[in-house]
Order: sequence, then structure tokens, then C-alpha cells
Amino acid sequence: MHAVYNFVAGPLAWLAWAVFFLGIVYKLVKSYQSAKDKDPVVLNYMNLKYGLRSILHWSIPFGARNMRLNPVMTVVTFAFHLSLFIAPLFLMAHMIMLDEAIGVSFWTIPEGVADILTLVVLGACCFFAYRRLTIPEVKYVTTASDWGILAMVAAPFLTGFLAHYQIGPYNPMLILHILTGEIALVAIPFTRLSHMFYAPLTRAYIGAEFGAVRFAKDW
Amino acid sequence: MKERELIADIGIDQGAAKLTPERIESVINTVLDKETGARLKAYVDACVHCGLCSEACHFFMSKDRDPAFSPVGKVKQTIWKMLDKNGKLTVDEIKLCAQVAYTECNLCRRCVQYCPFGIDTAYMMSIVRRICHKLGVTPQYIQDTAHSHSATMNQMWVKDDEWIDSLQWQEDEARDEIPSLRIPVEKEGAEIMYSVIGPEPKFRTQLIYQAAAIMHEAGVDWTMPGTPGWDNSDMAMYTGDTELMGRLKRMHFDTAARLKVKKIVMGECGHAFRSVYDTGNRVLGWKMPPVPIIHALEFYWDLLNEGKIKVARKFEEPVTFHDPCNVVRGRGLHEKAREVVRAFCTELVEMTPNREHNYCCSAGGGVINCGPPYKNARVTGNRIKAEQLKATGVKVCIAPCHNCHGGLEDIIHHYELGIELKFLGDIIYDCMEKPGAV
Repeated sequence: MHAVYNFVAGPLAWLAWAVFFLGIVYKLVKSYQSAKDKDPVVLNYMNLKYGLRSILHWSIPFGARNMRLNPVMTVVTFAFHLSLFIAPLFLMAHMIMLDEAIGVSFWTIPEGVADILTLVVLGACCFFAYRRLTIPEVKYVTTASDWGILAMVAAPFLTGFLAHYQIGPYNPMLILHILTGEIALVAIPFTRLSHMFYAPLTRAYIGAEFGAVRFAKDW
Repeated sequence: MKERELIADIGIDQGAAKLTPERIESVINTVLDKETGARLKAYVDACVHCGLCSEACHFFMSKDRDPAFSPVGKVKQTIWKMLDKNGKLTVDEIKLCAQVAYTECNLCRRCVQYCPFGIDTAYMMSIVRRICHKLGVTPQYIQDTAHSHSATMNQMWVKDDEWIDSLQWQEDEARDEIPSLRIPVEKEGAEIMYSVIGPEPKFRTQLIYQAAAIMHEAGVDWTMPGTPGWDNSDMAMYTGDTELMGRLKRMHFDTAARLKVKKIVMGECGHAFRSVYDTGNRVLGWKMPPVPIIHALEFYWDLLNEGKIKVARKFEEPVTFHDPCNVVRGRGLHEKAREVVRAFCTELVEMTPNREHNYCCSAGGGVINCGPPYKNARVTGNRIKAEQLKATGVKVCIAPCHNCHGGLEDIIHHYELGIELKFLGDIIYDCMEKPGAV
């Protein structure tokens, strides 16, 4: 069990991070090349001021009309995405590992807060699943991959929570937690989780088109 | 999910009869490979299938939230299918693609404002249209207008002499009212070239009279071309015929350059503005139009603010204002338009929602140009607009766009709203000071 743990928390973690970062770089370089070769409109009309204006507006809860039309979704999705980043990045246990691995550490959040954030993520995943099952227009466009990415996001939080409270066998759960986390990391550049880095770009581009060319708001 | 019903259209059906599996695959993959790039990839890869774009679409709202009519639902039936199947679509699937892209999406870009990622569904529907065009599967009526563009360089089969005749006819008519009025044709070095869409000389000729009256009374130095190039409209943009769009726009800009004008002012048309200001110039390699383009709404605002036109009397009935997608989401002219409306009308009652968030007329994007086979679907597909109009309680609606006029007219008739439609130019012509008039 220890050997497995050492492997997933050691070399495999390095590999996952490498694939995550290099994968994103690869995707962005490929996008840039493709824009340059076949879609020059994107680069010609990209505009920093209006791109950032759009990103900013859509980063404010209820800033866009559609967020006001769907208040529950707005609250859930903001809470979900914030928790998704804050919980793993500032968790004490992760920080210790990070410190041991590369000697870097920053602040951590109290355990109780981490628990709440984890439950927010899991609750939001349930909400998203519920939407996919019950809202016809969401159900209509839901594919197997949507369930896949939802599961990939939920798994590390669920297993982390269970491991922390030692519900179920601790060691296998911990290994499962690390493994699912690594799967999620590796999946980000290559699945629709890539909206993590694509969304700001598509947002900025349409913000530039609406702001600089069409003199209209895009929110 | 119930099977989608295909509407019989001779253009689509006969085009589809000639398709082979090889041709379908090769055209789809060639267009996707050669003509699309980073944007499409990012849009398809980033979309999380959340469905939040749905409520933006008037078709979705009007068809009792049928998911096949949500923006993402339309993408699913077209682009996703093409990508998932590597271009190996059946003939029936292609026919459905054509119906969805040409007749169930107005390319109004409202959904772009509702997608958290700003995914441009209109752009994706344009790609589907491009593919259908290359496959020869286009609705008959809109293809006929594209043929007219190709043969005559105008949308309505107007012959060269008929065009000049129409101008002289309107000049004659107008001189009864304003004896000194002229419609200057081919005046080199004029400040403004005024261009219109094919349907103006064809069946809304009085608009040329009105525009001439406004130009004349405002003392504007203007001209209209006497040659092809006078028509700024562009159904090729909507059929997916990019090459023809380039020819049309080039002739329009070349005509302005030949006449050595400083700017082009265009009549109250939305799609032509999109073509001249946004898409056509890009096809020709101009980031922005090579000759400044001023839409009628902005031109009226300029004239009013420069004191060149004055209000003689206010239009007494309360009016509402319809924001056309191509000059509002496409050019942000909603406030200027309202200032002119308020100057000339006693009361403006707003529709809800309005400005950038206004519901589409369901005629634009070439949808009304696809003709009678789709009229019922188009009108029942925009019940929400009828409700929006009705809720204002007013009996006059200003719609500064030809396509919007066509679409709203059908809706007003079908839902028995009893609302009269006007162009903003109608009101200005009616209510401005005309010192030259007898």
C-alpha cells in the first residue's frame, strides 16, 4: 500500500502536473497557430480593453442579464467555481505536500472552511446533475462526456472528504483521492474541462467584437 | 424526442437529390478544415452544454421551450453532428442542417449575449450555411435572390435602366411637393453616396422619395450611383456564398470610390449594414470599411444635432421602438435612435426587454427571404415578439430595418395586433420642417 501511495503521490503526481501544464501550453499554442493560419479574424479583432471589460462584467455575480434571469444557477455556479479553486489550493494537507515537494507554501484555510467548500462543490455537482436530468433543453444536449467530466470533478472532492473523515478504508481512499485528482488534472486540457482556459479567450474575443466593432454590450 | 419535421422546399429537395455520400463528406470536411480554425474549435471544446443560451432565442421561447430550437440545440443538430461523424452525414441529415441553419436561426446574435463564454452560435450557423451552399442545398427563394445578385448586382432583378427610371420617377413625384428637389445621380465629389437595398426601388419606392426630401431639406451634398453598385444588400452573405458577397461589396465600395465621396450613408436596413460594415469588408480584407459607413439612424441623429433638420410638429400617437439586431447589437445605435424618436414623437413606450436585449423580428438573417414555405414556422416561431409588442399597448411601432418590417408585419397580422409599422424616416419626413415645400 505504501509503495502505491508513494508512486501516486510522487512520480505520478509530477507526471499529472506536467501533462496539465504542458497540455494547456500545447492547446494554447495550437489555438494561436490555427488562428494565425486559418482564422486571422480572431487575432486582428482581439482588443485588450474590451476583452477585459467583458471578462470583468461576466466575473461579477448578477452582472449579466442572463445571470439575473437564472439566479439559482448564478449562485451555484459562482460558489462552485470559487470553491473548486480555493479548497484544493489552500488546503493545509496539500500545502504541506507542496512544501515538501518544492519548498513553496502560502496561506491555508481552516479545516472547517475546507469542509464547507468541499460540500459546496459536491452539492453543486448534484445540482448540475439534477439540471441535466430534469431541464429539457439541458437534457437534450447532454452527452456521456458531460457525465464524465462531472464525475471527474466530483470524485477527488468526494474521496478527499471521505478520506479526511476516515469513512471507509483510509489508505485506499487516500490513494483513490490522489488518483482521481490526477485524472482530473490530466483531463483539463483534453476534455471540455478546457473551458478553464478557453472561456476567458472566447469571452475576450466576443467582448472585443461587441465593444470595439459593434459598440454594444455583450452582457 | 420527436422526429423533426422537414418542410418541403424545391431548392433544398432538388439540391439534396444530387448529393452523394462522398460529396457530403468531402465538402463538410473541406470547409471545416480550410475555412474554420481556432474559433470553432474553442467554441466546440469549451461549450459545457449548460443550456443557458436557450432563453435568448425567440424560436425556443415561442415553440414552448422545444429544446430543438435552443441555440445549443441547433448546434447539436448541425455542427456537432458533422464533427462527431467526421462529415459522414446522410442526405436527410443535410436537409435538416439546411432547414435549421437557414430558417430556424436569424443569426441575430442575441444568444451570444446569454452564453457565459460568449460562444457565437450565429457564426456556427453561418458555417453550416456555407457548407449547405457548397453542397447546393439552399432554400429556393433565397437562392433566387443570390442569383439576382450574381446576374444584376442587385437583389431584386432590377435592370440598370429601371433603376434610373425609379429615381427619376421619385424625383418627379417629390418635385410636386418640393419643386427645387433633385436626386443627384452620379455626382462626382459629393460628400455622401446614398445607397439602398434592392427592395426599395422594387416595392418600397416611396422611401427613396422620403430620403431625397430629407437630404434636400437638410441641404446635404449627396448623390446616388447610376450604375450597378447602388444596392448595398447582400443575400449571398446569408446563403453562404462568400465569393459572391465579396463581388457585391467590392462593387459597392468601388462605386463610392469612383464617385469620390467621403462617406456612404445607407437607408434603414439591417442586414445590408451587417454586410457592409461587418462581414463584407472582412471578406475583402478590410478590417473596417474602406469608406466610412453611416446607417440611416446615425445619419438622422447627426442631422438633428447639427440643426440641419428641425421638428415642425411632434408625432402625436404614442410609439414603441423595435431595436434591429444588426444596428443595435451590431452597431450600438439604440440610444441615438431613441434620441431622434423622442425628438419627433410625444411619447415613446419601451418594449421589454429592449436595446441590446430586444427580441428578434424572426425575419432577419435571410429567414424571411427563404420565402412562403417557411412563413408559418417563422410566424409561430416568434409568438414572444407578438406578446412583447402587445404588452406596450401602443398602436404604432417604429422598426428601422426592412427585414424587421417584413417580419413584424406578418406577426402583427397573424396575432391580430392592429399595430401600424413605420420607418423612422417616415416619421421624420412627416414631422420635420420643409421650408422648400409648396
